Amino acid sequence: MRERVARAGRGVRWYLRQVTGEAKWDEYVDRCEREATTPTSRREFERHRSEHRETSPSSRCC
Amino acid sequence: MATSTTSRTLSPKPGRTPRSMLVWGLVAAVGAVCWVVLALSRGEEVSALWVLFAALSSYAIAYRFYARFIAYRVLKVDDTRATPAERLENGVDYDVTDRRVLFGHHFAAIAGAGPLVGPVLAAQMGYLPGTIWIIVGVIFAGAVQDMVVLFFSMRRDGKSLGQMVREEIGLVGGIAALVAVFAIMIIILAVLALVVVNSLAESPWGVFSIGLTIPIALFMGFYLRTIRPGRVLEVTVIGVALLLLAIIGGGYVEQFGLSDALTLSPETLTVALVIYGFIASILPVWMLLTPRDYLSTFMKVGVIVLLSVGLVIARPMLENEAVTDFATNGTGPVFAGKIFPFVFITIACGALSGFHALISSGTTPKMVAKESQVQMIGYGAMLMESFVAISALIAASVIDQGLYFAINSPAGATGGDPATAAEFVRTLGFTISPSDLTSAAASVEEQTLISRTGGAPTLAFGISLIFAEAFGGGLAAFWYHFAIMFEALFILTAVDAGTRVGRFMLQDSIGNVWPKYADISWKPASWSASAVVVGLWGYMLYVGVTDPLGGINQLFPLFGISNQLLAAIALTLCVTLFLKHGLTKYVWVPGIALAWDLTTTMTASWQKVFSSDPKIGYFEQRSTFQGSIDDGKVLAPATTIDQMQQIVFNSTLNGVLQAVFALLTLIVLGSAIPIWVRAVRAGGVPTTEVPHHTSELVAPSDFFATAEEKAAVREWEESRRLSGTGGRR
Repeated sequence: MRERVARAGRGVRWYLRQVTGEAKWDEYVDRCEREATTPTSRREFERHRSEHRETSPSSRCC
Repeated sequence: MATSTTSRTLSPKPGRTPRSMLVWGLVAAVGAVCWVVLALSRGEEVSALWVLFAALSSYAIAYRFYARFIAYRVLKVDDTRATPAERLENGVDYDVTDRRVLFGHHFAAIAGAGPLVGPVLAAQMGYLPGTIWIIVGVIFAGAVQDMVVLFFSMRRDGKSLGQMVREEIGLVGGIAALVAVFAIMIIILAVLALVVVNSLAESPWGVFSIGLTIPIALFMGFYLRTIRPGRVLEVTVIGVALLLLAIIGGGYVEQFGLSDALTLSPETLTVALVIYGFIASILPVWMLLTPRDYLSTFMKVGVIVLLSVGLVIARPMLENEAVTDFATNGTGPVFAGKIFPFVFITIACGALSGFHALISSGTTPKMVAKESQVQMIGYGAMLMESFVAISALIAASVIDQGLYFAINSPAGATGGDPATAAEFVRTLGFTISPSDLTSAAASVEEQTLISRTGGAPTLAFGISLIFAEAFGGGLAAFWYHFAIMFEALFILTAVDAGTRVGRFMLQDSIGNVWPKYADISWKPASWSASAVVVGLWGYMLYVGVTDPLGGINQLFPLFGISNQLLAAIALTLCVTLFLKHGLTKYVWVPGIALAWDLTTTMTASWQKVFSSDPKIGYFEQRSTFQGSIDDGKVLAPATTIDQMQQIVFNSTLNGVLQAVFALLTLIVLGSAIPIWVRAVRAGGVPTTEVPHHTSELVAPSDFFATAEEKAAVREWEESRRLSGTGGRR
């Protein structure tokens, strides 16, 4: 039972991090590790992402 | 590096086990019982749960059978084909995304205030017409459109609706579609803003809480930018907590001595909203738009979950009649016109929304991992949107109907005073005493509820009834303002995002003749384009706010029809592509949706332009009022000649817009028909579809992965690990 609750909790956390885009950073760090390159700072990375959002507006519907 | 597992197509048929046949038989039985109860109950109390479960079981069956049929038999989704996300992956636009995550993104993008407002207004015709259209419409039209557009756009590297119309139908149609999209967007923004203005006017509590969302969002923006970059979850938790405090704090505006300062007239709010809209749309997105988007999405999902739980716990009875007299005589005060075609126009987004075609051909198709996922993302998300509409319809139908009409009739009719409003409601055939009207307003700590049109106050009142009943604690006023906050919040987000999209479209179009103007980082261009877009919707908003006949009453039909006309353009494209692809046998799939949508919208447009009933026809309205001006007479509900002239002007403007929208749609349809004929004769013609590239990716199709899919994914991940390519990014 406790095992199940913990699993569900992890699932929810995973989902929320994915949906909000918070997990993008982890993916980026993982990739850098695989490719043996040094990641930039998180601040730089997030700035880069928000600059992209600036130029590609996504519509919110009615 | 193709391995043996990569080319496998997972079986589309889960097989007919006795267990699945039993389960689906049960779902069908529940649905059938609910529909029979709804069909046969007249003049007796009906529980809202019948509506809820009729909807849920119909959705389940439609999703399992019809959507699956369209995906596998008609469109023939092909999981051996690489999607644009896989082929063109750049981690930015094109990005293979987990199907459940993409479902969340897509739903957040399509869901807005429309499905909440439309059903509330349509409740004037009873709960049954709305219920039937929301459910039948989504199954055969709305969800089909969303899924099919998503599929075709995905097969074309995520091209936009406008681009596809231009390339598949032709330049003229393409330009007409582009103009229609832009104009319709302006109307939508104006009507949404009007809903906010109507829910905040004369409501210091509402203004206080909504006003505080701006500093809260700014704080979140700076937090994410400078204090702890990227920690979205923690800042959203903080933001939501502050938001709840802002709602609670609103209850104390009187004690704070802010009551008078925050009691704003609709005109003042309009000016404030226009200034806000302009500033918000030129600020960097990280400051305001992105953080507020997190807040509004979380609030929205939270309210939907609470509402469905609340409905099941509270099990409210429907106060509304199944079908009111207004359905057949067309004289309802909320909006004029008979059930056909106006109930379809008014419900709009909850059953079929042309705007979704823009989302389904925008960001979503560039993120789909596997073709077969279009069923859950396109069709599934739209079913959820429809469920929101059903909840809104229920919330509006559990309110005492005398109160419903007092809230939703224009001020010109109710006189704005409890005594006159009670008298007006009596003439409609309902009863409510002036003191009941006053105490209803007092119960949610509003100064008045009379003529609070626009749907939001009605919905908020219904939600507060359901929540107060379900969760107890005498918190009706809190829940009312909670609901107002949640609606206003995502309308503001939609207005901000919509203004930006409109600005980009404008810059892009002008950029065709003056390339420098298309440079989005060039301030003079972006500021002036923003000003134009804000100016346009702000102007329409002002027209609506000051309309003596009641802005919602006048503008909402325009909004509904334009949205449905956009759907007609999208469905015309779907039919065109079906025929070009040689899917003539199945052309009825988008065809019935298109035929019905054209029937309702063209009838409605015709009536709005040519009807000889001044309550319906804009031009008849114009000539009635102009005639009285010429005779020097003032005609109710106008009280001065100035107001008369205003009505004449507004009616002309609305009538012209209405006619233009219908014409643009007919141009698109007219340029498509010759292509249909050619395609049918030839048995299919080439399209811009990207050729087959073999997919290497393995991912499940539906919400829940089958054991077979899980094994395939595991095997694939294992093989990638061994070959050293690693996990996906």
